Amino acid sequence: MGRTIPAVIEHYHRDPSRLMDILIDIQWERGCLSEWTIDQIAKILDIPRVDVEQTVSFYHFFSKEPRGKYTVYLNDSVVAGFAGRDAVRRAFEEAAGCPFGSVSPDRLIGLFDTACIGMSDQEPAALINEQVFPGLTPEKARRLVEGMRAGLNVEELKGADYGDGQNANPLVRSLVHNNIRRTGDVIFTSYAPGRSLHKIVGMTPQQVIAVVSSSTHRGRGGAGFPTGLKWELARKAPGDVKYVFCNADEGEPGTFKDRVILTEFPMLVFEGMAVAGYAVGARKGILYLRNEYRYLRGYLEHTLDDMRRLGFLGPLVAGKAGFEFDVKIQFGAGSYVCGEESALIESAEGKRGEPRDRPPFPVARGYLQKPTVVNNVETLCAVVKIVLNGGAWYTAMGTRESKGTKVISVSGDCRKPGVYEIAWGFTVNDILRMVEADDVQAVQVGGPSGSCIGPKEFDRVLAYEDLATGGSIIVIGAGRDLVKDVVLNFARFFREESCGSCVPCRALTAMSQAVLEKIVAGRGARSDLQAFRGWAGIMQKNRCGLGQTALNPIVTTLKNFPGVYEALVPEGEGPLNRGFDLQAAVADYKAVTQ
Amino acid sequence: MPKIVGFTLDGKPCQAVAGTRLLAAAAENGVYIPSLCNYPGIPPKGSCRICTVKINGRLATACTSIVLADMEVQAITPELEEFRASVVEILFAEGNHLCPSCEKSGRCELQALAYRYRMTTPRFSYVFPKRGVEAWHPKILKDHNRCILCKRCIRGIRNESGKTLFAFGRRGDRLVINIDPETSRDVSDELVRQAAEMCPVGAILVKGKGFDEPIGLRRFDRRPIGSDVTQ
Repeated sequence: MGRTIPAVIEHYHRDPSRLMDILIDIQWERGCLSEWTIDQIAKILDIPRVDVEQTVSFYHFFSKEPRGKYTVYLNDSVVAGFAGRDAVRRAFEEAAGCPFGSVSPDRLIGLFDTACIGMSDQEPAALINEQVFPGLTPEKARRLVEGMRAGLNVEELKGADYGDGQNANPLVRSLVHNNIRRTGDVIFTSYAPGRSLHKIVGMTPQQVIAVVSSSTHRGRGGAGFPTGLKWELARKAPGDVKYVFCNADEGEPGTFKDRVILTEFPMLVFEGMAVAGYAVGARKGILYLRNEYRYLRGYLEHTLDDMRRLGFLGPLVAGKAGFEFDVKIQFGAGSYVCGEESALIESAEGKRGEPRDRPPFPVARGYLQKPTVVNNVETLCAVVKIVLNGGAWYTAMGTRESKGTKVISVSGDCRKPGVYEIAWGFTVNDILRMVEADDVQAVQVGGPSGSCIGPKEFDRVLAYEDLATGGSIIVIGAGRDLVKDVVLNFARFFREESCGSCVPCRALTAMSQAVLEKIVAGRGARSDLQAFRGWAGIMQKNRCGLGQTALNPIVTTLKNFPGVYEALVPEGEGPLNRGFDLQAAVADYKAVTQ
Repeated sequence: MPKIVGFTLDGKPCQAVAGTRLLAAAAENGVYIPSLCNYPGIPPKGSCRICTVKINGRLATACTSIVLADMEVQAITPELEEFRASVVEILFAEGNHLCPSCEKSGRCELQALAYRYRMTTPRFSYVFPKRGVEAWHPKILKDHNRCILCKRCIRGIRNESGKTLFAFGRRGDRLVINIDPETSRDVSDELVRQAAEMCPVGAILVKGKGFDEPIGLRRFDRRPIGSDVTQ
């Protein structure tokens, strides 16, 4: 059962801004956050009960009811569907004796759906009590349930067939594979820890920022904001207390490159945070890590300890007086929108992941209203190499407007899914050849918030000025039902992940899912397709990137694959609402009157 | 002396005290930018998106934006008005808004905006969500069917100890506003009245008070929403 609730809260100094940590610990130790627990937390923190409830009810991995001694979260991403997730799902249900979304009658096993867990190259994959079980089959599912019934613990259920690289590290012991298919010249190169720190202590912060700016590096999380400019704005912001966040939420479906970077080069990431701290004047760094990667926790904490011993973190980094920097890990609890930098900050403050109105931007007022830099995992690695090798070295790689390399994670209908570090400038065709994909119907570039393109556009280039991506590339083979297996899946995803704050986002994500389901069921009309095109303009006015791109899957496929929709929707029926079933609508009345 | 900044609003030269939010600055210059979740005296939230304008070509909400010198603002354009009308229609389709039987009718800002945009029927399918009416509190009646989740009550209502009475629950289209049983326990009549007044629709009502104003004398019977600004 673990500690008492007061003990957990005391551990976090009764600080309401640590509510996420408090809830995560109690959820793990007790299996749920009951109404009574919520009352206790509110009382001890002296905050309204509704304020605890608002955070509990926001995140996917918090639950008011127990979710079984073994909690299975089977991800429902598009690629999991391609890889046979439905059969695995049925096998779990039959073996456990309960449907998904519930707990078995003996309270032993809970079965739940969850969004992409960052394992698209080894699907179908599930989390069971925070451990990752990739490459599932119906037979494996049955054997896992047998093991649960026999009382095996999760380590025993996992077995010892660990993955490659640091996945086999005794502190990780994971079944996950890295699948690093191609290394490049920036991220996946040999690295001597600490060298960049010893170099920057001989430079001023302004000089460090100048080097990063000269490289023209742009953020690697998807938004592509110039890194040097972000650091400059944070440095100039008034205030003595500043923060550096590493955004390791990696929630965009089909993205798993940060997971591999954190597994193989965690010191590089933390060193990058220290470089950023030096440059902007921050003494504290926070790694915001998605809950799905919690299996890396012990290993990452150990890495931080090593770095403190080596003088790469702590009160005297690289021996320089005044260079103080340390990192702590903050976990998420299941929310895609928390990958958006201002929602991430809200979450780190113990609140719901609701994006903030900007301006002011985080560099001016961020975490706890202090100047905050939020950088992607890959960005922080790149800046270390840029500091060591110089801006000119970096700008020699890539295209005219997109310098350096990009780590992409490719999955779906291809023979070599995995992680590839490439220079910007590869065409989609180059990538398809590299991953050995034949007979490709479509490629989803940049996850559901990106665009779905067809063969006519496969000669386009991966670059900020053409096809930008945070890393996710999903290959969709010829045999796939684009609308049902891809677009509808993405529509459900955005509906589930919308924070709900903005009217158009919460309403139209739900409405577009309903209309798509109607279309897939054969009851759509041409006017539905016209409506979608109009809704895209409405969505542009939402506060954050999720709302602004939530209709992209529909809009880009309507534009690039009109035929698949026209095949589902007959022409010439006018505005008739074919989704309206007259008999069903009067069924109650008939039952009562006849 | 407060610093004054100049800006243009739909081509019209305007002035405001530096640091003023654009929505208020527009009103001071006699221009009504429609809004719904905004409420004077409480921090803006930009939830409804209705006050969306273009500032120097970029989209932003007027309620959250601070006026800066030489800003070029486009507020009342056909495209933006069409967008605002759509948001109003979305709200009608998203909840269960039955005006004829609602105590707030005639004083309701959502209804008033619907009149402004001459809405006859929403161009979005009605969701008909299953939502309830909360009546457990001795003084407050909360009708979730009408709630537009504008967050005014969450942002603006505090009890004597400075604690909130209201907060969000869940997320997305399942979002709901909850009332705290403890902090609302000894709420004063005055605070309940304020909450009901602050609520733009009939989602928060004072118990025991029904239709207390004759048709014809209600706030928006006489004048359309925004006319207090333009006159």
